[in-house]
Parts: sequence; C-alpha cells; structure tokens
Amino acid sequence: MAKVQGRIEAKVQAELTPIHLEVINESHMHNVPAGSESHFRLVIVTDRFRGKAALERHRAVHRILEQELAGEIHALALTTMTPEEWTAGGGKVPSSPPCLGGDQTAGGDTGSGIS
Amino acid sequence: MSRDLNSEIKTEIEQNKIMVYIKGTPEFPRCGFSNAMVQVLNKIGKPFSSVDVLADPEKWQAVKAFSNWPTIPQIYVNGEFVGGCDITLEMHQKGELSPLIEKAFAAAPETK
Repeated sequence: MAKVQGRIEAKVQAELTPIHLEVINESHMHNVPAGSESHFRLVIVTDRFRGKAALERHRAVHRILEQELAGEIHALALTTMTPEEWTAGGGKVPSSPPCLGGDQTAGGDTGSGIS
Repeated sequence: MSRDLNSEIKTEIEQNKIMVYIKGTPEFPRCGFSNAMVQVLNKIGKPFSSVDVLADPEKWQAVKAFSNWPTIPQIYVNGEFVGGCDITLEMHQKGELSPLIEKAFAAAPETK
C-alpha cells in the first residue's frame, strides 16, 4: 500500500534529485486510523537547495506536493539540507514532537496519539 | 455579511510584534508542532499574540492562503511571515531567531 508515501517519494525524487531522501510516515503518532497516510516527515538532501534560504526550500517542496497538501497530507515536517550541511551535521535528523490531540482528521480529539 | 479575513490577519500581524497561528492556545497547545513553536517563544521570553485556528476554521483557511503556506503553526515577526515549526526551530538552534525578535522589538518599543 503506502500510496501517498510512494507518490511523495516519486515526485520529490523527480523534481529535486536528492542524494538522500527519507519519507517517513508519522501518522501512527497521531489521532488517526491505523494505516493512515496523513502525517509525514521528509528529509531531503540535495544540491538544488544551495544558496536558498529555508523558506524558499520549504516553499519549493510545498509546490511539488501541492496536490497532496490540498488533499491527503495534514502535517508535513521538513528537513531540507544541502549535501554540505548534511555532512556537517553528521546526518542527524530532528524528531517530531508528540501529537497533542488537536488534529481532527479522525473526527475525534481525545488526546494522546502517542504511547 | 462576510468577514474580511485578509484585513483581520493584516491587522493582527501589524499590531503584534510576534503573531502566531497555532492549534490550541499557548497555555494548552493541541498539536506537537504548535507546542514546539510556543516553547521556543517562551524561552525567548518576548510577548506574543496567538490565534487558535481550531476555534476559527475560516481564519485557518485564510491564513494558509495569506502566506501561501499550507500548514499550521505559522509565525509572523514585525508583520512578516517567518515560517512554520521546522524553520522556527532551525532558526532558534542556529541562534538566528532571538536577534530577529530583538530587532523587531527594538524597532518600535512602544508597541507590544
């Protein structure tokens, strides 16, 4: 399955030709049904980001995933780096904070979506 | 009679040195990303205003269009869109957020 995940991967791969790409489905951390594809963290390392501020990098990704962001994706955490930044940082990736229950995509708001 | 949401947002970001659009309130954030942004701002310690988009779905849609940014939270400093949660945390880690905020408050000390 993982339809959305696959689509994200293919689009980012084609548009940004990253040397490193992680598409992590974090939906299980949230108050959504099992198997959901609604919350993603992307780690994109590409030389296309060279000379671009973070805002521009994020906007570029938003543009590529415009269709998904208007539809299935409810949360998109982005780590955008150049190969140099990636190497300098030792390949470390920030982790996402726990859900606090405000996401109403499942129609509920009962709180702790993380164990 | 429909609301002029763009004007509302403009007023909010112009009248508050730091304006955030979050899920929940600074006291009770209802999303981990909103919470992370609030925690960083608390650490910096300057006053900020917030809108709870869960309580105002119309504004939720409007602010996304306003900044051309698809997700919440969003932060504006001195009337300018700075970014979402990731960018805020990244800037904070690099030591870039405090100076930006200090500058905003130094520019016009009479406003909040």
